[in-house]
Amino acid sequence: MAYLYYPGCSLESSARAYDETTRWVFRALHVELKELEDWNCCGATMYMSIKETISLAFSARNLALAERVNGEIIAPCSSCYTILNKTNHILQENFILRAKVNQSLKRAGLEYQGRVKVRHPLDVLVNDIGLETITKKMVRSLKGLRIAPYYGCQIVRPEGFFDDRENPVAMDRLFTALEATVVPYPVKLRCCGGMLMTTFPEVALNLNREIIEAAAAEKADAIVTTCPLCQINLDAYQDKINRKFGTNFHLPVLFFTQLLALSLGADRYELRVKENIIAVPDKILGGQP
Amino acid sequence: MAEISPRDRAKAASAELLQSFWWQLRNIPGGQKIKRCLQCGTCTGSCPVSSTMDLTPREVIALFRAGDLEKILQSRTIWICASCYACTVRCPVGIKVTDVLYALKRLAMENNLFPRRFPVHALSRSFVSLVNSFGRSYEPGLLMLFSFRTKPTRLLGLLPLAWKLWRHGRVGLWPKRVKKRKELRALLAEAEIMELIVPWELEPSARP
Repeated sequence: MAYLYYPGCSLESSARAYDETTRWVFRALHVELKELEDWNCCGATMYMSIKETISLAFSARNLALAERVNGEIIAPCSSCYTILNKTNHILQENFILRAKVNQSLKRAGLEYQGRVKVRHPLDVLVNDIGLETITKKMVRSLKGLRIAPYYGCQIVRPEGFFDDRENPVAMDRLFTALEATVVPYPVKLRCCGGMLMTTFPEVALNLNREIIEAAAAEKADAIVTTCPLCQINLDAYQDKINRKFGTNFHLPVLFFTQLLALSLGADRYELRVKENIIAVPDKILGGQP
Repeated sequence: MAEISPRDRAKAASAELLQSFWWQLRNIPGGQKIKRCLQCGTCTGSCPVSSTMDLTPREVIALFRAGDLEKILQSRTIWICASCYACTVRCPVGIKVTDVLYALKRLAMENNLFPRRFPVHALSRSFVSLVNSFGRSYEPGLLMLFSFRTKPTRLLGLLPLAWKLWRHGRVGLWPKRVKKRKELRALLAEAEIMELIVPWELEPSARP
């Protein structure tokens, strides 16, 4: 069974670094990622809050496309991951909605029977490929780096397919295996507010302050995350948080694949560190040109 | 024939609301578990934004059981939920609180019962019109559409952020589109009809 890569809309524009480094990591580990042909938006949390059947049909188009080529979807964006899984779950459980969705899919020449699995790259890396294979390919040890692993909400909630829903450890294990120091990080699952940063910024800024504060208190060198929306909230709004709360944070926020790729030998252009708003210091990059 | 009094009309309207809410709940796998709520408040305690809500998640369920759906629909609570699912994961009787709030959002949208000044539904609507036409989302377009629909001066406030993201190469120049847009449109048109079909009689509007 092939891994079908579903980048999602953010990874095409504001999170290109996540996209490129995910592809880079899988290439380096000799695991083929084939992009899902002509995928569409998953509908995110916003379509669900307007129409039910339509949002399911919209999101299910991707599942139907994947089923046609008999593949497993890999979705790096936490929101895509949750929405596609949720659609999948509802369609498997509720035969009325499945019939309605299939009636709609038929208009696009598609059908969905509920056989596709949706996975997160972190899950595939840690559980399918395995830490042993990854550490064998390690080029640069992350020794001396203090990492705060931030999982965000939608990677283990609501279903928790591959890790604990209250205390996930997949990223902790991954970076410990690459010899980094993973700091105790009790807010690893706290919400960053997501789209509230646009609609209710005063609420979201405070949530993000707590997440950064906890990492800074542990003297972390970087926050490492799995979600494009969390990354942009924590990274691009850090100066605003400093202004509003009188803090002085300057903490780089990396995609977990960026740090993994670094350890597997990618250079700074392949890591696209230019896209990180808070500059990634040489301490993390290991003095490479 | 006797006139229908405004009170009766209001009663009929809220009975209808309750019916469509039951229909929405029925579609959520395990949605009916809402009847089992213990009022323990774990949902409220787990919620990262409950301190900024006017009704807490626990109160939403209590009000629903008291039959006051309208008060819920007019609150800011359902719009401020960021879908972090902390409540859903921790509920001791397995109520899918986040999905219940989604159902309430849809109900409020359908019945035009939302506080006007709230920007969340404007963002959702902008998002939907965008992905319906392109098949994919486009962040700059979404923020522009959203600003025009709520407060165009908001765009000025967004400029520093836009500039910062631009400098770091994080703004897409042009929306990416799905190739088979004609098929996608046909799919959406059919789904719109499917949305309206309610296959059999609904749960009686009795309180749980």
